[in-house]
Amino acid sequence: MTVDKKILKELFTRTLKTRLFEEKVWDLFGENIVPGTLHLYLGQEGVAAGVTTALKDSDWIQSSHRGHGHVVAKGADMNAALAELLGKKTGSCKGKGGSMHITQFDVGVLGATGVVASGLPIAVGAALSCQMRKTDDVVVCFFGDGASNNGTFGESLNMSAIWKLPLVWIVENNFYAMGTPIKLTCPSSTVAQRAEGYCIPSQVVDGNNALEVYEATVEAVKRAREGGGPTLIECQTYRMKGHSRFDPAKYRPQEEADHWLSGEKDAVNVIQKIAIEQGAITEKDAEKIREKLQKEVDKAGEFAKKSDFPEPEETLDDVYAEAF
Amino acid sequence: MTEMVYREALKAGIREEMLRDERVFLLGEDIGLNWGGAFKVTKGLAEEFGVERVRDTPISENTIAGAAVGAAITGMRPVAEIMFGDLITLAMDQVCNQAAKMRYMFGGQTSVPLVLRTVFGGGKNIASHHSQSLESWFMHTPGLKVAVPAFASDVKGLIKTAIRDPDPVLFAEHKLVYDKKEEVPDDEYLIPFGEAKVRREGADVTIWGTFIMLHKALEVAEELQKEGISVEVIDPRTLVPLDKKTLIESVKKTGRLVLVTEETKTGATTAEIAAIVQEEAFDWLDAPIKRVNAPDTPVPFSPPLENYFIPDNKRIAQAVRDIV
Ligand SMILES: Cc1ncc(C[n+]2csc(CCOP(=O)(O)OP(=O)(O)O)c2C)c(N)n1
Ligand SMILES: [Mg+2]
Repeated sequence: MTVDKKILKELFTRTLKTRLFEEKVWDLFGENIVPGTLHLYLGQEGVAAGVTTALKDSDWIQSSHRGHGHVVAKGADMNAALAELLGKKTGSCKGKGGSMHITQFDVGVLGATGVVASGLPIAVGAALSCQMRKTDDVVVCFFGDGASNNGTFGESLNMSAIWKLPLVWIVENNFYAMGTPIKLTCPSSTVAQRAEGYCIPSQVVDGNNALEVYEATVEAVKRAREGGGPTLIECQTYRMKGHSRFDPAKYRPQEEADHWLSGEKDAVNVIQKIAIEQGAITEKDAEKIREKLQKEVDKAGEFAKKSDFPEPEETLDDVYAEAF
Repeated sequence: MTEMVYREALKAGIREEMLRDERVFLLGEDIGLNWGGAFKVTKGLAEEFGVERVRDTPISENTIAGAAVGAAITGMRPVAEIMFGDLITLAMDQVCNQAAKMRYMFGGQTSVPLVLRTVFGGGKNIASHHSQSLESWFMHTPGLKVAVPAFASDVKGLIKTAIRDPDPVLFAEHKLVYDKKEEVPDDEYLIPFGEAKVRREGADVTIWGTFIMLHKALEVAEELQKEGISVEVIDPRTLVPLDKKTLIESVKKTGRLVLVTEETKTGATTAEIAAIVQEEAFDWLDAPIKRVNAPDTPVPFSPPLENYFIPDNKRIAQAVRDIV
């Protein structure tokens, strides 16, 4: 596949934007102003950037519990996203959701969910809806290696296959579910192999290479739009940090961590190198893009900090369309 | 007016909504061409509307419910069926964590206009996995509406309201009321949620109950009339929203209350109703509130056991006599 230079630039920009957003979250977290817990997307940016660059605005994504990156890459308003993480009134969920439910419906995010593997059935329904309403929209569902051990994985892959739904299953295999390595919970060497039983074509890609992810997604989205049914793409990647807020991730062997967390494997470096090599951007462009994005992210951080908390009584709002 | 059984009235309501709104579609196990639903509620609809809109699914309760969620938030009006109420346990995440909470945790960004039909109740000797009455679980889940139609003339108007409602509705039916006959209006009618119906007026004692117990209560009321006891019978029709006003007014008139449902006693809807009445009408009570429920056991199989388990006319009558 020859890739348009504009696309390469976009892949670089989205990967970096997602990274800078997450670094900002990490900083705010360091300031101790992020309530509750966090599942950082740091390290996995190549996946969200590669996947979402292959989508059009009206396509949908279903996120997971590690969703900041998905939402930002899909084009979320960063002010509202950061404000949500701080529990502010101006957050996209008015402070009702936080990290695990960070969602911006109007840019095509169906939802982020705190229940592992619960997004898969919802993605089936959204894809069915796209099919029944005769739109050419596609649904992409992100979930982890750990989620592929849940019952909904089998139910939902099966249903997507029998109904030939316009759906792309994205497994973000970061090799761990909290502290449990996937090799202890999955008998096959890849998660992708599991798709075979449902007659779903699958592929394994380097999730830290946004271009590889993009190319696989383009093909899958094309199949989905043309009525060819679902595809599963396993994106192999690695968390830069622990599973959640206070996890130092000591259970990961040093050698393995060194390999994945090397500068060479880093998602931003990987796509920057490709984009420069293929003449899509120069070093200088890369710096400029970084400066511009950093400013945006910093502004979003200020916005979030300055925003007010909701009034306590707002607890009672939005349970039903109309209160009774 | 046409006399028809509950099952037919329910189907007629669904059919009218499918004719009115092409976004309405049905999904569930064996609801289509070959079977027409385990209780034949949807029989004939697949022939009329096609297998796309009356969609047989694999045995995948969690994904049936989840697919309804995904379709609902993206512009469809799904009516999903869980074949037996007991099996809703397999879909609890999608019903109680996803459908019920989405509007709230996403700060009002999403509406989940789905209907989940299922059937509760014993009396058919089909034992512990096919006979429970679990409506209190859903009454206890903020974000869900809960309809409990017990009569043919109500079920049609209630299903139509449920399908048009912007929030998720757990639409509970009961195995023994499907064959109950009543005059049902021919013209289109909708029954608003949150409006109880006084099924029989009386002066001495109020009976509040659900499903088949209401039919029994009406027989008991007739019997007691001969002894000079005048019984008022109230059908809430929906548990969420709950019509407290009609109930409280009745209690203020009669001063006595008997609560009758087929649920096991601990944590049943009757417990909630008793609490509400003592909070809001304590001074009007002339006797302790009586509860008639099943014992706290699973539903047994053998006829003498099941007959012991399910409250009968004698127990209801005795409860009334105990307090007048
Ligand atoms: C159904 C369910 N079980 C357990 C948890 C607790 N939990 C949160 S994240 C997680 C691990 C998920 O692993 P994976 O799917 O690989 O995603 P990752 O965190 O690696 O991105 C667990 C067990 C949960 N949130 N939901
Ligand atoms: Mg994982």
